Amino acid sequence: MSVLLSIKDLSVSAEEKELLHGISLDLESGGTHVLMGPNGAGKSTLGLTVMGSPEYAVTGGKIFFDGEDITNESAYERAKRGIFLSFQNPVEIPGITLSEFLRNSLEQITGKHMKLWDFKKKLKAAMELLNMDSAYADRDLNVGFSGGEKKKAEILQLLMLEPKLAILDETDSGLDVDAVKTVSKGINEYKKRTGGTIFVITHNTRILEALTVDKTHILSAGQIVAHGDAELVADVIADGFDKYIGK
Amino acid sequence: MKEKTTVADIDRSRYDFRFEEDEKDFLGSGLTAEILDELSTEKNDPDWMRAFRQHSLEIYNKTKMVEWGPSIDELDVDKIVTYIRQKSRMNTDWNDVPDDIKKTFENLGIPQAERESLAGVGAQYDSELVYHNVRKEVAQSGVVYTDLESAMHDEKYSEIIKSHFMKLVPPTDHKFAALHGAVWSGGSFVYVPKGVKLEIPLQSYFRLNAKGAGQFEHTLIILEEDSYLHFIEGCSAPKYYEAGLHAGCVELFVGKNATLRYSTIENWSKNMYNLNTKRALVAQGGKVEWVSGSFGSHVSYLYPMSILNGEGARAEFTGITFAGEGQNLDTGAKIVHNAPNTSSYMNTKSISKSGGISTFRSAVVVKENAVGSKSSVNCESLMLDRISRSDTIPAMDIRTKYADIGHEAKIGRISDESVFYLMSRGISEQEARAMIVRGFADNVSKELPLEYAMEMNNLIGLEMHGSIG
Repeated sequence: MSVLLSIKDLSVSAEEKELLHGISLDLESGGTHVLMGPNGAGKSTLGLTVMGSPEYAVTGGKIFFDGEDITNESAYERAKRGIFLSFQNPVEIPGITLSEFLRNSLEQITGKHMKLWDFKKKLKAAMELLNMDSAYADRDLNVGFSGGEKKKAEILQLLMLEPKLAILDETDSGLDVDAVKTVSKGINEYKKRTGGTIFVITHNTRILEALTVDKTHILSAGQIVAHGDAELVADVIADGFDKYIGK
Repeated sequence: MKEKTTVADIDRSRYDFRFEEDEKDFLGSGLTAEILDELSTEKNDPDWMRAFRQHSLEIYNKTKMVEWGPSIDELDVDKIVTYIRQKSRMNTDWNDVPDDIKKTFENLGIPQAERESLAGVGAQYDSELVYHNVRKEVAQSGVVYTDLESAMHDEKYSEIIKSHFMKLVPPTDHKFAALHGAVWSGGSFVYVPKGVKLEIPLQSYFRLNAKGAGQFEHTLIILEEDSYLHFIEGCSAPKYYEAGLHAGCVELFVGKNATLRYSTIENWSKNMYNLNTKRALVAQGGKVEWVSGSFGSHVSYLYPMSILNGEGARAEFTGITFAGEGQNLDTGAKIVHNAPNTSSYMNTKSISKSGGISTFRSAVVVKENAVGSKSSVNCESLMLDRISRSDTIPAMDIRTKYADIGHEAKIGRISDESVFYLMSRGISEQEARAMIVRGFADNVSKELPLEYAMEMNNLIGLEMHGSIG
């Protein structure tokens, strides 16, 4: 299998503090990868850095996507390449409806004009899959959405934008059991439809129950401390992180 | 972008107006009793108007300069030609308008706009109204839409004009109101009879053309009982190097149970001093709705005022101000509750960018007799960079215990987080910022007629272009 995302010896700082120390990680195309680790390990930092957040400075190493060096690219260039991040805390943007935003985004990413009718059809189907009230399409982006609705709106974007790489940052946090199921259904639908690569960032394991995990990586204190397959998830469930983080 | 941020202390010196020149020389040799007399003769003013101008000049000479708000030190009234000679006579047929003037208006798209959706077009070129037309059906309903100067000579309207002209905004109001009373020229007169509800808006364009010219147009609108009118005023001026002055005056009389919607998009060139005075008097059960967009001017003082004079009268003010480089826009609104159970609602947005200064200034006055009245003021400011300013100066004077008054102010900046979020969805940084600003302005653009909302969005796009350092 070819490597879609390749992280080489990556060091990252924010506000002059180094958060990631020489991380190397390869994500194979089409696989479902899990990044686990205790709170504060730097998991979200890694996801945001791959997306191109200006808050984090790459101080060493490189990021390759589809074999090309994207280390210095802006977030929107990366999005156009097919990288997507489902945010842990999506921002609220007043005055732009979810539907307007999605259509704009879709056209930017594909570079093609989409007929309103086709767009609406696709949006409706995706919202139904996620048990989202269609009224949300005409509401301002994330404004006044509950935590669960915000997460669903992120997965809705995933289904609409169909990226090559979906980074899901704590997508299950703050969700009840039913909502986790719905969101997982959306992720599996994305996978089924596009064969895309999934990179799940999580500190608990609920969301993993509904997904078929290929590879697991454990991050602790800014370093990858263990690699494994799906069984590593089971070990973490049974024993916690302690044995990987030297406690 | 809704997060609250600390705002730098207000630099008071900016508000300490210093005018050191001899005030008698303010208009230099430009404005004397003799010149006003000539003006009156040229305009064939009725006697009362001739006297009115002279009286206003006396008040002007006695009145002190405004001593609050942004500095207008650089406004050299000596250089401003207070009256531009008539360039052409009134025309009601577009084909009769002189070519150069026509071209200017064609660039503004007026005849087209008229064909498409407008009931009437009045266009002011320099100081004279050159083109005026009202669709027949509108005229047949008894609605009068004409230029104020000729209406004054029409015996059907002369009395009503005399009894309303500068009664709401008397020349004693402030120095520029006095100046207006002395030199006013051109403008519109609208009369809507009892029970007539105009479904299509009336529209006028004002445009300053001559270099260093002043514009002092007067708009007088009278709505009788149970009538409805939407009046749209659009302003734009080409860029010139010498400071221009706009000291117009708008007086709106809203009758019992009548509703007047007054929309303005002002985009004067960035060397203009916009010292405009607008006021509405609202009778029992009546309503005035202001929609105001301020994009242009070097300095603006603009605070449309609504006097709720009859029981249950209402006022709504929706405004947006966008101050870019070199602009100091001081805008807001004033509401006077002067009867029981009146209500007012003010919702404004201000944006500042590239060192621009945007100040929201409001006053809500609730008189003792205005029991059971409600007022809600909501203002939000967005600063697009670290060098721009936004200030909020709300004033309230409540004289009764039996009123429900609310005020909310928010000042924020575009958060990097929001920009990153949009960028992570394939939207460029510049477009992300423009989207956020358009979103911020959305509730105002929703209030505008479609073509104006589009114009406003274009203006925002234009202002945002190249805003990334």
